[in-house]
Amino acid sequence: MRSQWRLAGAFVAGALLVTGCGGGGGSDQQAAGGKVDLTFWDWDPNMDKVVDIWNQAHPDIHVTLSNPAGGDQLVSKMITAHEAGNGPDIAKVEYQSLPALVAKGVVADITQYTGDAAKDFDATTLKATKFEDKVYGVPQDVAPLMLFYRTDIFDQNGLKVPTTWDEFKQTAQQLHDKAPSVAMTNFDAADPGWITGLMQQGGADWWSASGTTWKVAINSAQSKKVADYWQGLVTAGTVAKNPSFSPQWNKQMNEGQLATWISGAWAPAQLGGIAPNTKGKWAVAPLPAWTAGDKTTGIWGGSATTVTADSKHAAQAAQFAAWLNTDDKAVTAQIQNINVYPAATSGRSLPILSSPPAFFPNQANYYDLVKQAAPSSRSFSMWGPNVTVTFSGYTDKFGAALQNNTSFSTALDDIQNATVADMKKLGFTVS
Amino acid sequence: MAARNRAKLPYLLVLPAVTLLALFVVAPGVYALVLSFQARKVVGGLLGGGSKLVFVGLDNYGLALADPELWSSIARMLLVALLFIPATVGFALLFALLLDVPRVKLARSTRLAIFLPYAVPGVIASLMWGFMYLPATSPIGGDHVDFFGSTTVFFSVANVAVWGSVGFNMIVIFTALRALPSELYEAARIDGCSELRMALRIKVPLVLPAIAMCTLFTALASLQLFNEPNTLRPLSNAISSTWVPLMKIYQDAFVDSDVNKAAATSVLFVIAALAVSFVASRTVSRVNR
Repeated sequence: MRSQWRLAGAFVAGALLVTGCGGGGGSDQQAAGGKVDLTFWDWDPNMDKVVDIWNQAHPDIHVTLSNPAGGDQLVSKMITAHEAGNGPDIAKVEYQSLPALVAKGVVADITQYTGDAAKDFDATTLKATKFEDKVYGVPQDVAPLMLFYRTDIFDQNGLKVPTTWDEFKQTAQQLHDKAPSVAMTNFDAADPGWITGLMQQGGADWWSASGTTWKVAINSAQSKKVADYWQGLVTAGTVAKNPSFSPQWNKQMNEGQLATWISGAWAPAQLGGIAPNTKGKWAVAPLPAWTAGDKTTGIWGGSATTVTADSKHAAQAAQFAAWLNTDDKAVTAQIQNINVYPAATSGRSLPILSSPPAFFPNQANYYDLVKQAAPSSRSFSMWGPNVTVTFSGYTDKFGAALQNNTSFSTALDDIQNATVADMKKLGFTVS
Repeated sequence: MAARNRAKLPYLLVLPAVTLLALFVVAPGVYALVLSFQARKVVGGLLGGGSKLVFVGLDNYGLALADPELWSSIARMLLVALLFIPATVGFALLFALLLDVPRVKLARSTRLAIFLPYAVPGVIASLMWGFMYLPATSPIGGDHVDFFGSTTVFFSVANVAVWGSVGFNMIVIFTALRALPSELYEAARIDGCSELRMALRIKVPLVLPAIAMCTLFTALASLQLFNEPNTLRPLSNAISSTWVPLMKIYQDAFVDSDVNKAAATSVLFVIAALAVSFVASRTVSRVNR
């Protein structure tokens, strides 16, 4: 009988073990000899090569890289991990998600550790990570929105690279007439990054703040101008309707069924994975303008390296974040392997920028063009504290509008209402 | 002493199951119930300055029920269920009856082939079907038929679910058929009954309890529809992130980070699911009698 009880005890212990196993993050492990172990969540391709450089130079602070998800999905994972108390020490966060993570208390104020590093950024860049005079992350890259186009498709069809949105529309029509199976680009309802960049270029200011009061203007006249323009292209059938970063899209990109991609400066590294057959066939040009000669563009992404509120080693984590984005060796390695356009002022004059990304051997002045576009890129005054609601609203409402051929304008109204309702529910003051 | 110990044995034997149930069903359920009466409010300042949980009574339930998106997601789930349940049970019954016909060739390997999709995890199956549906990668004419049209998408999703669940239900009905006494068939054959009439007049009425049970299982499975639409979602614009109720709950909890409203919706959903299965199992037991 005793053995039966012992068996039962083993069952209970086993069950407890199973449930207990999930807890415990990597942040509080301090090995003997004062060595600090840090975990770093980042989705950049080849980031491991950059982290290796750090680990070789800093035997006392070991950084372990992990890639649990990218972009918005990583934000969701960070929030969940924070609630469970097992988040990483360091995480890559896109600028648009940072205010939301600050509002939820997920990322830490690292002002005291980044005094020197902050001097290496101009005020416009630092604005994206500095709220109410507190620094919440070290900027990694800036990604002005640009027009990536297939030189071969443009040459074959005798097309000229458009410099205004009117020309873009005409070029799309010409391409459609000459090669009906090739679309100018696709209207992506899955990832909001590119359309918010276009909205910024168009003069929209989705979020702004005065004091502690928010103003939300997602369905402003400027936004609707951009939305109506794209609705026109979709209705004319010159722009495809399927989402980006899907198997369908990868195949279309690889097989030359899409002639342009409106994207950020990080695109070359991505294209290598998306459309490996197109090496050397792409080139970059400034984003078409609303009025000829206007250089204004928007941004798609751009990220900061942040330290989480759960980290037990905030000082060391901040030290790594500063090194990653301001040290010449680290930034050079990032440009080489990840094709970022650095946020740090010193990084923008590194010699590595005189050679093009590996996937664009045909365009020697690639980084010159990015450098020219960067100063005129315009962002919103602020990103809202609940962008995830806005972005999921974009995916659903614009997805439905494309599916049912309904109005993009109305979709913007719906997103505006959902965003304001959620902010009020959370207790923010909205004017 | 020995007798008293023996009396404890049953409790000991159910202990593992009860422990697991308590840890993984009851405890999270109670936690969800607690969460559903709370809401997160920011403390103050532009970025909230952190947030705190406050008791809000039934507010989350009110919000959840007033959300038109929840009702649309239920409507879409019912539409899929309308296709999924009859198709699954119908095909399962058809295949079981066909396999039960005497002198049928390759019965074993056919049975295995029909059962095999059940062994494929839902996410994998959905990915595979997704590639088959997409025009650029489709081997089944996706460039001529739009599998992600506003109407066709319901068939596309139901198809993946049917493909995955026919096998299991077929085995349930087939086992019931095999359990019928063979004298019945002999008597029917002596009376000159054809195989078709035998299937319709004798076999179907006798395996009705098994069919009813399959219908109940399938109805419960359609309440839990999640993997198929969620995996197909990024492939097209046709499926929104709140397409079925479980996706809506997932979206609220992990994308819009409103765990409390998601908890309230979950509680409502569990009550509805319990009601459906209670009514359905009553109906099943009436059929069985």
